[in-house]
Amino acid sequence: MSVQEFFHMGGYAFYVWPAYGLTLIVLLVNIIIPVMQRKQFFVKALKKKR
Amino acid sequence: MMKFLHKFSSPPYFYSISGRMLPWLTALFLVLLAYGLYGGLVTAPADYQQGDSFRIIYVHVPAAWMSMFIYMVMAVSGGIGLIWRIKLAEIVSISSAPIGASFTLLALVTGSLWGKPMWGTWWVWDARLTSELILLFLYLGVIGLYGAIDDKRVASKAIAILALVGVVNIPIIHYSVEWWNTLHQGPTVTKMDKPSIHVSMLIPLLLMALSFNVYYFIALIQRTRVELLERERNSQWVRNMVREIKQ
Repeated sequence: MSVQEFFHMGGYAFYVWPAYGLTLIVLLVNIIIPVMQRKQFFVKALKKKR
Repeated sequence: MMKFLHKFSSPPYFYSISGRMLPWLTALFLVLLAYGLYGGLVTAPADYQQGDSFRIIYVHVPAAWMSMFIYMVMAVSGGIGLIWRIKLAEIVSISSAPIGASFTLLALVTGSLWGKPMWGTWWVWDARLTSELILLFLYLGVIGLYGAIDDKRVASKAIAILALVGVVNIPIIHYSVEWWNTLHQGPTVTKMDKPSIHVSMLIPLLLMALSFNVYYFIALIQRTRVELLERERNSQWVRNMVREIKQ
């Protein structure tokens, strides 16, 4: 199987890749949001201390 | 055992031990995901009827399983929080809601992306699809209700009751394909006799499901830790941590 064939997905590329793309977004967002919130919490807490 | 549970559910202990578990869980998740994706996208043969479009199931089915599993975790931990007033259980319950909601959305959208080429439509009001949509609304209801009540302990009680009532939807989703004549196909993996799917297609599916499961615990731990910090911001252990960072 060539790389081109792989990305072509037997003609279903338009359906397969968005499905995987959205999965990637969902997986990333659910980690990024709490990590940012945690950072923000400490930034806020440190400001209060001063 | 009870002693261990008691210790584990104490906020500072949970915060530190979960922080140490995160890198291991992340490594495990990435390995499972890599094997699952390789198996699902590369080594599994194209389906003899559906061609390569069937590869969507490697994200669709695990996402749908997770949408129900996370709901059960949310409802059960909500119930534990309601009965025994364990703060950590309350936090696990609300922290699960956005993760569960996003997996439900993912299951619906990937199903739609598969449905268009295979059924010829993005959406039908079929029992499986409708009950999964109701699940999404239940999650959104839980998130909205929690946000609407200022006192977090009261809010946790309210969402626990809502989540527990909504549990009735879970068997409906699972059995919808058997109880009603649906367009959605019946179960191929979770049934009493042998799964009607070839091993080369099944193994990547199970790997993906397992990786999503590990992922859920990673995302849950991340959210739980933030929520713990917010709720315990005036307690000694959080203050100590802030002081340590300052130095």
